[in-house]
Amino acid sequence: MTGSKQPPVFRHKKKTWLRVRQCWELYLFLLPAVALVFIFSYIPMYGISIAFKNYKPSTGYAGSEWVGLMHFIRLFTLPKFKVIVSNTFIISFMSIVLGFPFPVMLSLILNQLRSERYKRIIQTVTYMPHFISTVVIVSMLTVFLSTKYGIYRYFCDLMGAQPVNLMGSTTLFRWLYVFSGIWQHTGWNTIIYLAALSSIDVGLYEAATIDGANRWQRMVHIDIPSIVPTMIILIILDSGSVLSVGFEKIFLMQKPSNEAVSEVISTYTYKMGLQSMQYSFSTAVNLMNTLVNFVMLFLVNYIARKTSEYSLW
Amino acid sequence: MFKRMQRTNEDIAFDILFNVLGFIALFITFYPMYFVVVASFSDPRLVLAGKTFILPRGITLEGYRLVFDDPRVWTGLRNTLGYTLGGTAFSLLATMLAAYALSRRELPFRGIVMLFFTVTMFFSGGLIPTYLVISGLGMLNTYWVMVLPGAVSVYNMIIMRTFFTTNIPEELFESARLDGCSYTTFFFRIGLPLCKAIIAVISLYYAVGYWNEYYKALIYISDAEKTTLQMVLRNILLSTQESADQSGMDYSSRLMTAEQIKYALIVASTLPIMLVYPFLQKFFAKGVMLGSIKG
Repeated sequence: MTGSKQPPVFRHKKKTWLRVRQCWELYLFLLPAVALVFIFSYIPMYGISIAFKNYKPSTGYAGSEWVGLMHFIRLFTLPKFKVIVSNTFIISFMSIVLGFPFPVMLSLILNQLRSERYKRIIQTVTYMPHFISTVVIVSMLTVFLSTKYGIYRYFCDLMGAQPVNLMGSTTLFRWLYVFSGIWQHTGWNTIIYLAALSSIDVGLYEAATIDGANRWQRMVHIDIPSIVPTMIILIILDSGSVLSVGFEKIFLMQKPSNEAVSEVISTYTYKMGLQSMQYSFSTAVNLMNTLVNFVMLFLVNYIARKTSEYSLW
Repeated sequence: MFKRMQRTNEDIAFDILFNVLGFIALFITFYPMYFVVVASFSDPRLVLAGKTFILPRGITLEGYRLVFDDPRVWTGLRNTLGYTLGGTAFSLLATMLAAYALSRRELPFRGIVMLFFTVTMFFSGGLIPTYLVISGLGMLNTYWVMVLPGAVSVYNMIIMRTFFTTNIPEELFESARLDGCSYTTFFFRIGLPLCKAIIAVISLYYAVGYWNEYYKALIYISDAEKTTLQMVLRNILLSTQESADQSGMDYSSRLMTAEQIKYALIVASTLPIMLVYPFLQKFFAKGVMLGSIKG
């Protein structure tokens, strides 16, 4: 503030240094987080180089020979490759497209409820499943759908149908995966929409009411447009992880009998890497995955920027 | 005021519709959880016979007794409790400090540091390179591996930073600064008390993350003495059937008990979070919503 009259060009270097010294405490504050992220995120990024090498634990990073794109060529010519990529893509696409409308609808519903108490009860209950672990969610599915002792068995007996092993079936796997995810996260995902809805100017509703809009019209013409930016941002972010179907849940739900639809890139990376010890190949698979995600993120963001006024950057 | 009197039929129909829709959402979410709890207390035979849809029948604590007779459960519980308490405290402190530093506009190179963090949200080494670093550091099968990698969530840090930027008034900082208050004193004495809501929310996020952790245990921990509760759950829930199959005696009742153990285990492992979470829920509105509206 005092230096604002000085020509900035001359003072710039000295000023930065001075400001750095004044802020030394803040740098100290940053240190633990920066160190952790550097060690556990940036050093592994350097390790991606083994995707182009023939890495052996005995020779280390430096001693392993470069093999160029060998692992990638092997991956692309793998008979399984197409299946794995399309499985990943389908599951991910289904999760995004089917999972997307539910939080929007629930938040619009919650926003219309007159009783604060009722609203809070619904929120408390629908947020709950979000805190349940993946292991428990999959266990619940397994227990409910067990052909011997599940509640599913009870209904089959009731209707005289023969129980089928749903958890191991290839036709239902994706639906079970997607809808258990919707059950778990819908409530939680309303938070961000509710935040957008609660920031709407009350004057808008008043003006609309004076103009004769009923509640349905107010919802359609005020509430929905006001959450569109949030929706677009979330879609862009989701599409950035289109090939990163979470490992945890799939891995727990996977059975030899449903592998034809449940083998995705992350589970394949795990099997190749830690079970078959093909470190380089597994890293190559993972890198391919990351690159596709990047491309998708940029692509969808580009489309969003061209077609609407909202985008990440 | 007079508007309230003018509730039309249309308005009332609208209210009824949305109340019903809300109830449907409530029921669909609530019932499966409720059923598990009921089944965990009921006679497994009656559960299978479909007699426990509304209330527990043939109440028994046998399932819980068997769960807590299992030493693996106690080991997992002890470890998870340790990881959760230690990890949450550590993560919270590291995240909070970094978020505060990044919320100060006068910090030189703030943009670069921010970029340093955000890159990791979109790009990472992946499974094997990370595994190799961790094994290179000699951290496989140690308690450290459950806490240090991933201790700082960049996502949580950004939420906190936004909250700090919008909820610690700049004037307050400037006047404290004029009185000779250091960054450290200001943050701990004046800043933090203004940010209880976000601290509660982020602690909950971290605590739930640690409590539910099974991925890291699967990959980095092979020592049964150091594993987490979720890993134990996974092993028991997948293996009870087989172990029961092998024992010839009293075959069907053993299988029944195995089913009840599953219900009891699900409840016992999830209950601690469910008990804590409603107390923190009031902060979600204050913390998360305020943070994201203004941010």
